[in-house]
Amino acid sequence: MTVPREMPEKWPRVRAPGGAEEERRVRANAREYNEKFQYASNCIKTSKYNIVTFLPVNLFEQFQEVANTYFLFLLILQLIPQISSLSWFTTIVPLVLVLTITAVKDATDDYFRHKSDNQVNNRQSQVLIGGVLRQEQWMNVRVGDIIKLENNQFVAADLLLLSSSEPHGLCYIETAELDGETNMKVRQAIPVTSELGDTSKLARFDGPDTKLMQNSGRTKFKRTSIDRLMNTLVLWIFGFLVCMGVILAIGNAIWEHEVGVCFQIYLPWDEGVHSAFFSGFLSFWSYIIILNTVVPISLYVSVEVIRLGHSYFINWDKKMYCAKRRTPAEARTTTLNEELGQVEYIFSDKTGTLTQNIMVFSKCSVNGHSYGDVQDVLGHKAELGERPEPVDFSFNPLADLRFQFWDPSLLEAVKLGDPHVHEFFRLLSLCHTVMSEEKSEGELFYKAQSPDEGALVTAARNFGFVFRSRTPKTITVHELGRAITYQLLAILDFNNIRKRMSVIVRSPEGKIRLYCKGADTILLERLHPINQDLTNVTTDHLNEYAGEGLRTLVLAYKDLEESYYEDWSERLHRAGSAPEAREDRLARLYDEVEHDMMLLGATAIEDKLQQGVPETIAILTLANIKIWVLTGDKQETAVNIGYSCKMLTDDMTEVFVVTGHTVLEVREELRKAREKMMDASRSMGNGFSYQEKLSSSKLTSVLEAIAGEYALVINGHSLAHALEADMEVEFLETACACKAVICCRVTPLQKAQVVELVKKYKKAVTLAIGDGANDVSMIKTAHIGVGISGQEGIQAVLASDYSFSQFKFLQRLLLVHGRWSYLRMCKFLCYFFYKNFAFTMVHFWFGFFCGFSAQTVYDQYFITLYNIVYTSLPVLAMGVFDQDVPEQRSMEYPKLYEPGQLNLLFNKREFFICIAQGIYTSVLMFFIPYGVFADATRDDGAQLADYQSFAVTVATSLVIVVSVQIGLDTGFWTAINHFFIWGSLAAYFAILFAMHSDGLFQMFPNQFRFVGNAQNTLAQPTVWLTIALTTVVCIMPVVAFRFLKLDLKPELSDTVRYTQLVRKKQKTQHRCMRRVGRVGSRRSGYAFSHQEGFGELIMSGKNMRLSSLALSSFTARPSAGWIETLRKKKGSDGSTAGSPSGAADKTLKV
Amino acid sequence: MKNKTSSPPREGEARPSRCPDNSAFKQQKLPAWKPQLTIATVLSSFFLTGAFCLSVGVCLILSTNSVREIQIDYSDKCSDCSKLRENSSNWNKECHCSVNFMLKEDILGDVFMYYGLQNFYQNHRRYVISRSDAQLLGRNVNIQKSYCAPFTTYRNGTPMAPCGAIANSMFNDTIDLFYNLKSSVIQVPLLKTGNSWWTDKNVKFRNPKSYNLSSAFAGTARPPYWQKPVYLLDEEDERNNGYINDDFIIWMRVSAFATFRNLYRRVSRIRQFADGLPAGNYTFRISYNFPVTKFKGRKYVILSTVVWSGGSNPFLGIAYVVSGTAATLTGFVITAIHLKLRKKKAYFQK
Repeated sequence: MTVPREMPEKWPRVRAPGGAEEERRVRANAREYNEKFQYASNCIKTSKYNIVTFLPVNLFEQFQEVANTYFLFLLILQLIPQISSLSWFTTIVPLVLVLTITAVKDATDDYFRHKSDNQVNNRQSQVLIGGVLRQEQWMNVRVGDIIKLENNQFVAADLLLLSSSEPHGLCYIETAELDGETNMKVRQAIPVTSELGDTSKLARFDGPDTKLMQNSGRTKFKRTSIDRLMNTLVLWIFGFLVCMGVILAIGNAIWEHEVGVCFQIYLPWDEGVHSAFFSGFLSFWSYIIILNTVVPISLYVSVEVIRLGHSYFINWDKKMYCAKRRTPAEARTTTLNEELGQVEYIFSDKTGTLTQNIMVFSKCSVNGHSYGDVQDVLGHKAELGERPEPVDFSFNPLADLRFQFWDPSLLEAVKLGDPHVHEFFRLLSLCHTVMSEEKSEGELFYKAQSPDEGALVTAARNFGFVFRSRTPKTITVHELGRAITYQLLAILDFNNIRKRMSVIVRSPEGKIRLYCKGADTILLERLHPINQDLTNVTTDHLNEYAGEGLRTLVLAYKDLEESYYEDWSERLHRAGSAPEAREDRLARLYDEVEHDMMLLGATAIEDKLQQGVPETIAILTLANIKIWVLTGDKQETAVNIGYSCKMLTDDMTEVFVVTGHTVLEVREELRKAREKMMDASRSMGNGFSYQEKLSSSKLTSVLEAIAGEYALVINGHSLAHALEADMEVEFLETACACKAVICCRVTPLQKAQVVELVKKYKKAVTLAIGDGANDVSMIKTAHIGVGISGQEGIQAVLASDYSFSQFKFLQRLLLVHGRWSYLRMCKFLCYFFYKNFAFTMVHFWFGFFCGFSAQTVYDQYFITLYNIVYTSLPVLAMGVFDQDVPEQRSMEYPKLYEPGQLNLLFNKREFFICIAQGIYTSVLMFFIPYGVFADATRDDGAQLADYQSFAVTVATSLVIVVSVQIGLDTGFWTAINHFFIWGSLAAYFAILFAMHSDGLFQMFPNQFRFVGNAQNTLAQPTVWLTIALTTVVCIMPVVAFRFLKLDLKPELSDTVRYTQLVRKKQKTQHRCMRRVGRVGSRRSGYAFSHQEGFGELIMSGKNMRLSSLALSSFTARPSAGWIETLRKKKGSDGSTAGSPSGAADKTLKV
Repeated sequence: MKNKTSSPPREGEARPSRCPDNSAFKQQKLPAWKPQLTIATVLSSFFLTGAFCLSVGVCLILSTNSVREIQIDYSDKCSDCSKLRENSSNWNKECHCSVNFMLKEDILGDVFMYYGLQNFYQNHRRYVISRSDAQLLGRNVNIQKSYCAPFTTYRNGTPMAPCGAIANSMFNDTIDLFYNLKSSVIQVPLLKTGNSWWTDKNVKFRNPKSYNLSSAFAGTARPPYWQKPVYLLDEEDERNNGYINDDFIIWMRVSAFATFRNLYRRVSRIRQFADGLPAGNYTFRISYNFPVTKFKGRKYVILSTVVWSGGSNPFLGIAYVVSGTAATLTGFVITAIHLKLRKKKAYFQK
């Protein structure tokens, strides 16, 4: 391999990431020179810490959390003796616990990042250093290095293609990791270097500068709406805390002024305190310390723990494991789970997400006979799931084993020699632009430019018409074992207007025949009138196929007279070399010859949906989730898929298609759509209610209450206009009034914009699901991003919050996991705030009776342990394990999902109810023992009304009340719940007696002052009666309210729980899906993913290996502009404009 | 990005399966008890609770009603003394006064004598912490490190024993009870020990170890408000002296609220007091040492019997009756609502 020491004075101008033009001067293979510019190294680093920096950096980060800083501040306050109302450890123990848990989690995360970084960085590459190829790790590759790549190697940098072993410096790359598309993309080396042989590339951007790393952007830290609400509430609580502090501080000042002054003989003021006012000031801080438990430090940690638990349940879910791809579902973000229960909008990519991106030759109609229906033994159409054996293609050594067909009669027809069937498959084996590669005898590989074509040629191959090889001038086909070489006279290439392609071939017998395949609408008009009867039958078949959501093509042929062809070909040649209007003239000639054709039949290709897509979409729709498909595909494809996955149905009142190219057109189309919807609802609904609605609310709500089902299909360019600032609201309103929205030909950026738009105006939770790099922006923008994993591409997965390998798992993720997560989180939060208010507010009431001195009601150890030991685990168990209805029910009754969308289970109102309950509890918790203890004595006459007994009584009744309350809240008592709830109670008493034991007191007499208290106090019947009364009075009203609510206004979930017995009757009808029988609008599937220009490429022979070229009499043809054509098409092709299409593409524009 | 043709070889077919375990725990299928609020459970719980509360309440009220109690506010009965005590310089002047009262009926059973204080904030934070439990355990500790300030040491450095505001403010009135039987005055025999908690007396409070008590407290001084040092609290009984003096122990167990009563003495059931206190005229002879007027406090002396639920506090009984009634009523209300609703539902179903 020879490589120039220096590139010529022609610097590739590359656009710097971020938009501004930046010039990179790179001298190939000259490290010393390039190092002057200090380009980034190719080392990918996504990790945050190393061993040394971990502790300081992590602590620094953790203390940036407001909550942690707040507790540090409290800790400092507690060290001031005049203020300290609590020992320092009451704060430091939970704080250290919290910091440790978070640090361990961070460390684990970072460990995995290190591991994946290392994996990427240590991939091997061959780099030319000092004229010798060396094995180098990718992380050591520098800008300007020349790299040799071999087949099937990973590329971990942006590269400039210098040359390749393929002719003309062509190079086929797979961009699955970028966009999830598995078909090959062609890149060509720049002409200067293209003849160098072997694939070598120049590193252009490295490491963090690569397009990928640049585009991946900064991962925004996603917060759930519950998070935001929680933060608001914590702020409110904080305000409330300050208010309480102020009230008590004023109380303290007054008390000290009125009472404390007189009491000074027994209790002089502290040194330095000379006025009641200052005493009040100090007591403010003291109260902040003891009341800080209303803002519980363990809240955030507990929430994280619960979410982590939910994430594990997602990871562990066997029903979300795809055995085929061996990928389990994965919750990559552990902080978003409960938002899964609140999703209102789903934005889905099409290819790879809804569809498998596999085209399957499914049915065909030949000469008025339809083949391909799955038949059972009796010859009836069989239902899916009870398929017989597929057709056996073993007679054909060249058959593709992966191809499956279920109707044996077609093969029989081939074997019987039905001429129509033969001609049908002959056409399929000849009329295409597929390239073949035969690695060894009989091992054929087709490089199809569109998967549709691949499917058709493969079908022909299996039925005995094997396309074997081609040269620019010939096509060799094995027809039922016989090798026949056809002379390829012309390819009348595909384009969007023609919607068909033809080939003109000369058979070995010398007959010239034109074979054409194309969209039915176009082709049926171009048939010879003689075909009328056949056309009618075929049309019926086409309708039937379309009804099943298949992509159809019509096939036809025409025999050409030798003389006519000569003349035509002469004219074609002239037109091809004409200086101007070349394309028009060619088109006219094509048009002329593709006329009066004979109908052969039709094919139906199934764009294979992922498993269970229509069912999933149906259930999600019933759960009131709106699904928008955002795809880079063409409109026809997108609409087709919309039908086949039942998003669009022919029952729909109307499907609006917006394809306007100008702002005005788009606006007009949107307006018309809206008017139509409103007209319809006006005529359908009665006038009164409509008028009322109109007068009472704005247009939006009218649109949302629209009767009838509508769908909106909008094109990429129209969308660009629709997303402009002045039209976006209009667009959104229209779109949201529709049941289904399909945006086609959208760029990745537009995908993100659409998501952003909905996020901005709808205040709804959005979920984006996709599989390729072009979905990354949308995945990152949406509240929740889901990546389809288990395929080649991992970019989407890397950017996603959740990943699994099948679209259908989405329903389980949302309806089961999401719903439960939301429910559990809400229940958890309600209880958590309740228990902390009940716990803390007692101090407030006590303040009025202890001279506002910030004396705590409880023992300091109780305060330390209450949140982290006595009450943490039962509520965590509830937050992790609770279930209101079994999982099957949430699938059966998708409406159960609604409370999450409407945010009903935890909102400000619910919060105030919890708080009120907490305060109510605290009042009883204080005043009942207060009443009892006023003049109480023990049954042996000794004192009972002492502070310590009071503390133990209140603490015990508090623990019992909150335990009973959690028991009441827990709807799903697993063994773990039992263990935690009973265990917490047991732990409370065990710790209580341990703390009050002689041994500890002997060791630390000043710390464990409550010695003997537990056994003395808890031996008194009065104390137990007090505890019992408190419990009854705190709990019974809650039971009454809950029951009345249940009785008077039951939620759906309550009803579902109640109607377990009658549920069979109600078994929802939604689940049965209409399978077939819909007479659909026909959708021609030809070359939905086809590009123009390939025919020319083939005829020029440029993409053929020299070995095969040598066989042919290759002469340069005037039409060598294929690459321009390719590029032109690409440029206008919205779908690829924004995808990171590799370096070679960009450099071509130098 | 992949370079050139065909899919990559599937790596590691022998990889361990990534399929999640099919355990009940991981699949969230643990067997569970799913309690539901049904009309039956709710109503039964309300009526049962109501019945329970009512019966407990009635029992409590009946038993507290059987408690006999006499409470006498003597803070102003000895106005001379209270004036005298207002000036703290008169701390060593003795002042005695008597309070007479009459029992119309016998008080049968164990009779307990309490002193009560009102408006004395024993539950104030600074008061509560102002003690050294290590010192009270008889250990030789540096009380400067405790929260006893300002009652730690005298200016000359002599530590106070015991230290702290609680000990310093100990109630130091002495109250004797006399039974006036036909012009003869009989002193009612009172027990001054056995009044405190066993754990306090035997675990929490210990005297420093030495051959005798006064030497054990050598080098320490009495708290400023005390009239005698700690080792002279009860000269008659070695086991009721020093830190383990019952009056001291009881005082050191601070009360939960500003109004409280502490057990002072028990009537010894001997001779004519074997069944309790017989009806008749009695006199409290009080040595008035503890000033309360300064902080607008009151002090009481109380004679009371006890039952299983303690003293004469009627609160718990009443609270139980009220809650029991409320629970029962709620039960009826719920029944009514439920029935009405069912009728309505049935109506709609027709």
